[in-house]
Amino acid sequence: MTGMHLAKSGFSSRRVLWQADRMSKISVANLSKTFGDQAVVNGISFDVEEGSLAVLLGPSGCGKSTTLRLIAGLEEPSAGSITIAGRDVAGLAPAARGLAMVFQSYALFPHLDVAENIVFGLRVRGVGRAERGERLRKVADLVGLGPYLARKPGQLSGGQRQRVALARAIIAEQRLCLMDEPLSNLDARLRHEMRVEIRALQQRLGMTMVYVTHDQTEAMTMADRVILLRDGRIEQNGRPDELYERPASVFAARFIGAPPMNIIDAGAGDGLIGVRAEHIRIRGAGESGHAARVAAIEYLGADTMVTAQMGENRVTARLQGRFGAGDGEPVVLDWEKVHEHRFDAKTEQRLEI
Amino acid sequence: MLTGRRNAFLAWLLVLPASVLLVVFTHYPVIGTAWHSFMSTPRGRRPARFVGLENYQTMLADPIFWKAFYNNLIYAAGTIPLSVALALAMAVLVSSRIPGRGLLRMAYFTPTVLPMIAVANIWLFFYTPGYGLLDQFLALFGLGGTNWLGSPDTALWCVIVVSIWKEAGFFMIFYLAALQQIPPDLREAAAIEGSGRWYFFRRVTLPLLMPTTLFITINAVINAFRLVDHIFILTRGGPDNATSVLLFYIYEIGFKFWDEGLASAMTIVLLAVLAATAIAQFVFAEKRVHYQ
Repeated sequence: MTGMHLAKSGFSSRRVLWQADRMSKISVANLSKTFGDQAVVNGISFDVEEGSLAVLLGPSGCGKSTTLRLIAGLEEPSAGSITIAGRDVAGLAPAARGLAMVFQSYALFPHLDVAENIVFGLRVRGVGRAERGERLRKVADLVGLGPYLARKPGQLSGGQRQRVALARAIIAEQRLCLMDEPLSNLDARLRHEMRVEIRALQQRLGMTMVYVTHDQTEAMTMADRVILLRDGRIEQNGRPDELYERPASVFAARFIGAPPMNIIDAGAGDGLIGVRAEHIRIRGAGESGHAARVAAIEYLGADTMVTAQMGENRVTARLQGRFGAGDGEPVVLDWEKVHEHRFDAKTEQRLEI
Repeated sequence: MLTGRRNAFLAWLLVLPASVLLVVFTHYPVIGTAWHSFMSTPRGRRPARFVGLENYQTMLADPIFWKAFYNNLIYAAGTIPLSVALALAMAVLVSSRIPGRGLLRMAYFTPTVLPMIAVANIWLFFYTPGYGLLDQFLALFGLGGTNWLGSPDTALWCVIVVSIWKEAGFFMIFYLAALQQIPPDLREAAAIEGSGRWYFFRRVTLPLLMPTTLFITINAVINAFRLVDHIFILTRGGPDNATSVLLFYIYEIGFKFWDEGLASAMTIVLLAVLAATAIAQFVFAEKRVHYQ
């Protein structure tokens, strides 16, 4: 099973229809969800544009999955509103909101074979046998499940199960698709493959997608817009490059990018200075710059991560190729002023220079 | 090689206590009963002798045996589907989020904890003509004065009701455990597809409960032939053998009339019936049950 056969499918003609007659912008305004006295989602507002992919990103417990479930209608908001395609969906059942969803666990019906799992929703909605078969064939082709239609979910690999969940969401032909950490149960290689495929599908079918993940790589590679959440609030909302190049806070700076941005305490009221690892240069001892001592070296092939102790701060530099010096050797660190990000020492918010 | 043999020895040693109990109290009695069913019953100075199928012939010619067999079929048909269906309904009810759920679960399970003899005595009072609970209630509508246990038309049904009441709570526990094994996101996924509660129940819950249903029905079948304690209290098989079921009749033959040979023959028939139904259920279910 290699890649999805986009070109072969009959979706290209249908896609125009979907886009033309269905608006699917999402607007979330002052949305809150409280469990007991704990606000899991705390007054957040954001928009997801028609046909775009928005990633809700954040560490566990930040409220990203709850936000998705609120949009889906699986939870009732404590306050605020959700508008899908211009319609306030408060009190609407999940099925009435015109959306599809892929669950982290895939939520496949273990007693039904792949084909029946995929067409489950079509059966519920009373779609005729001929049309069911036709749509099943197309979708199975699209996600490369053709040879597995008669199998039970228990006989499939993790990646295949993921595709079944994906196919079930696609066959509904809904304008809006919600994904709750869909790749977190897959191994690294498969995750990369599926990431590319999901993004290609989303663009091909013109779906509006809200995608929840804690993996910043997924967010950076797939999203049109990343909404970074922390403790139920939005930390930053922007394009991936905005989050990377102009992080709004120390949290955003360290959550986006690997390795996390170096945060250097400049001391004495100068605030915090952030520098990305790739912008740090290492020179031999004695040259101009900040004196430091090599603490750890990680050789990754194309480049090497060198961590150095610079006074109170630990700083990681990404260097191309190999690095000659060994542990404990004195070096000098240096970076250009334009690559500095400034943060307030107390609030940890970005300071414009 | 040596460790292999030592492991095998150890394995047998560990299995020994359980297998001794099984052999002494289950396998040996079954074989013993089969043997006795071909022997005459020893009386006074006449020892048992081999009589071949004579006991079986006597049994087949005994109209009360057939009556008991027929009663047992009615009893099974009356108790099994109703108690299983009731158990499922109760389990669905107490697995949902309702106030007082814990209390309700306990209430449903209580009949299982009570000894059958005690239960039977309570129901004896319910069924008493005139001042029993049932008649007192019906008297409000001017319908009192029925001898529930004393009439051949109603006695068997009364016994069936007690069994359902006693068994449903026990089966409910298994359904409840199985229901809680079903991941909640299946329901959510179905809700997003627009499936209603009943559709989800029919299409997902029920099939996923099939292994439990199979287990419960096999137990229900066995109990329908095995659980006769309440008959001793309620009716003693009467009136006119209307509530005499196989095991009760076997007890009467064996320990009231002391006809050991005939009782053994009937026991073998009972075992054969149970084994056949259990095998049939498994064979039937193998194709339809989805095991996780």
